[in-house]
Order: sequence, then structure tokens, then C-alpha cells
Amino acid sequence: MLSKRIIICLDVRAGKTTKGIRFAGNEDIGDPVEMAREYYGQGVDELVFYDITASSDARDIMIDVVRNVAENIFIPFSVGGGIRTVEDMYRVLDAGAEKISINSAAVLDPELISRGAKYFGNQCIVLGMDVLKVEKTERIPSGYEIYINGGRRPMNLDALEWAKRAEDLGAGEICLNSIDADGTVEGYELELTALISRNVTIPVIASGGAGKPEHLRDVFRAGRADAALVASMVHYRWFTVGDIKKYLALEGIPVREVF
Amino acid sequence: MIAIIDYEAGNLRSVERALRHLGKDCRITKDPAEILGARRVIFPGVGAAGRAMEVIRARGLDEVITRVASRKTPFLGICLGAQIVLSGSEENDARCLGVLEGKALRFPETGLKIPHMGWNDLVLHRGHPLLEGIDGKAQFYFVHSYYPAPHRSEDVVAHTDYGIPFPSVIGRGNVAAVQFHPEKSGRQGLRLLENFCSWDGEV
Repeated sequence: MLSKRIIICLDVRAGKTTKGIRFAGNEDIGDPVEMAREYYGQGVDELVFYDITASSDARDIMIDVVRNVAENIFIPFSVGGGIRTVEDMYRVLDAGAEKISINSAAVLDPELISRGAKYFGNQCIVLGMDVLKVEKTERIPSGYEIYINGGRRPMNLDALEWAKRAEDLGAGEICLNSIDADGTVEGYELELTALISRNVTIPVIASGGAGKPEHLRDVFRAGRADAALVASMVHYRWFTVGDIKKYLALEGIPVREVF
Repeated sequence: MIAIIDYEAGNLRSVERALRHLGKDCRITKDPAEILGARRVIFPGVGAAGRAMEVIRARGLDEVITRVASRKTPFLGICLGAQIVLSGSEENDARCLGVLEGKALRFPETGLKIPHMGWNDLVLHRGHPLLEGIDGKAQFYFVHSYYPAPHRSEDVVAHTDYGIPFPSVIGRGNVAAVQFHPEKSGRQGLRLLENFCSWDGEV
């Protein structure tokens, strides 16, 4: 049976894995390549690296990170952050990423999804969505609105409508991040995840809010997610990938055993 | 030397990286002489069957692969490589290599998401040198919307369930092909590649 995937997210700034702390900026928590190897050893199913470096000259550092990761771990991983053109996609895929993740750039230029899908195949293109719960209006009938630029800029765009459109344009997967749940470690936004997952035929990765294995159980069941993104709960060593998988297996959720 | 056939599609390098990690001598090539001279040949795969077959024919690689297959050289098809060894594909209605009789079919609507993406099991029909030492519960990484359906049931080595049971490891003699990506399937995937590198092509 197809396993539910556990995906670890690493934010990378200037070649270091970093973690945002509320009102206190970011702290570096390790070397992304070393962390990738550690999680690969623990049996993670997939990794995602977000380049959160603001300046463009640091992009080369990220490409080096991607190349280094690809030489050391042999599971799929995707890379996002600052990808605006097919050339940007090519550089990341050529360095060894399996998929690329686009978010703000796709909202501003939806055809970027179809161009990427045409060149590299749908399976390479992950659409990242940052979503905030809002009041239902005529423009936002689902009550979930798309934000861009790291969740700072509302786009007056309905999340469900955008998800369906992105699928039509050729996105191979959706990484659905709830701005409300992100950073709370109190659980995923189940209602949002289920809404999107029920209405598209491509896999949905739930993101934002994971703090303990029960949260993953809930998002796989009630949220109908195909995969779940985790960060703090493993970066701060509250749980290993093995702990999470053992719990999910006992709950009857199909996960990949690691040998 | 292991030849990795270059048919001008993306990501051929992930297979190369995995083989290098295992310390194997390999080269991505579209040179017929180099492919015919190789000890082993891999057809890695991403992309669509129609486009891949166009490039293969334009470069004369169809005859090269057919010769490799008939000469007892160990041959491994990966993903699209497990589909183009068949006679044809529903994808772009492509005529393929015909090394094994059969066709690549699109997954029927079963309410499950397409592509089939993620880690899934193998159910063995028979033993195969490629699977030597691999735990029966090991899972492998799949990404595909079409699957190989050989005509002869003896050509199916293992199947996987996704709405329907579909052949996920196929082969006859020195020709073997896997629908999943061993180069992205962690340690068990690397083991399969290692097995391929020491396989003499006999079953």
C-alpha cells in the first residue's frame, strides 16, 4: 500500500539551516547537508529545502548545498525559494533536486507552472501555497485566502480556486501551508487541508503546525493529506522520524519502514 | 563501465550520482559504440514515452538497445525505461522498442491520485538477482501515471498495488526493468543498483 510520506523542511539562509523564532528573528541550527544525512539515516521519506536568503548572490551557495545533498542522500528532495524562471528551475534540478517548489512567483505569473511542467514534467513542479483563514466573501468563497511574500501580502485570491487552477496548469503536487497554524506546533489546519485535498487529484502535502505525532495522524485521517511536512518537532529533537513512524504505524496509518 | 543512455531528458544524473556513490565506473552517453562496448547498460527514465522514442530513433539508439538486449549484456530500465522496452505505450500512442511484448497503460480512474507518487511495496512473483538481500517489506519510490503491462505473465517479477495490481518489476533473461526509482529509494534502492552491478545477466 502507498505510504503516507513524512517530509522534513529545512529553511536555509546563507548555507545554514535556520529556524524562525517569534519576534526574535532567526537562529542557525545546523549545517543543511549534515542534517539531511542525519534525517536520511532516521528514515525520512523526503526533504524540502527553502532558500530564505534575500540576496541573489547567495543563490550560488544554495546550489552548492543542493549538489552536496544530492551526493549524500538517495531519497527525493525538493528546493524552493527565489525560483522565478525556467532557468532557475533548471539550475536546481541539474544540481540534483527531484522537484522544485514555487509559491509567490507562480501567483504573480501562473504560466510559470505550465512552462516548468512542459520542460521538466508535472511531477517536478510543486506549488507552494500560503493560506490564511478569512471571512467568506464573494471573492473568497472558500474563506481561505492566498498570501505571498512569506505570508505578508494578501492577494485577494481564493485558495481553493487557485489550487484547482494550478492543477490545470500542470502542478504535480501542492504543498499547503496554513499561516494560522504555522509555528504554533499545535496541529495542522485540518479543515483547509481536507478541503483542498478533496478537490484536487494531485497529492497534497500538509504544512504548518506539526508539534507531535498525533498531529500527523490527524492530518492524514481528517485532513486527507498525502504527505505531512514537519520541522520544529524534529529539529529540536522532540521526536525522531522513527518515533513518528512507530506511532503512526500503531495507529494503523501506512508508513515506510526503514531497513 | 556502465553506460547510462542519454536520450536528452532531464535528470539522468541522479542515477549517475548513485552509482558513483557506490564506487562504480559509469558514463552518461548517447554514443552507440560506447553503449555497445559497455559491460552493463541502464536506461534511466523521466519524461514522456513519445518524446523519448523520437529522440531514441533519431539517434539510432533503438537498434543499439535491441542489440544490447539480444547480446546478454545486463540491461536495467528505470521508470520510463520499464515502459519503452515494451512494444508500445498508451502515452502519446508511442510505438516502443518491443524487447518484451506488451504495452504501457495509463492508470484507470480508481479515485486515487495520479501520478502514483511516493513509497510503495513490491509483491514478489519470483526471485530475481536484482532483489537479492532486499527485505520483503522494503518500499521503493514511485512517480508515474503509466505502468508496464507485459503480455507474458512470466515476464512479471513483482507487482505493486495502487488501486489495481500493476507490474513494477519486469524482465526476461538479461533484461530487467523497474517502474520505481532505485536511485531515490534509500539504502534498499542502492542495494538493488549494487545487485545490478554484480549481475551477470543470468536468471
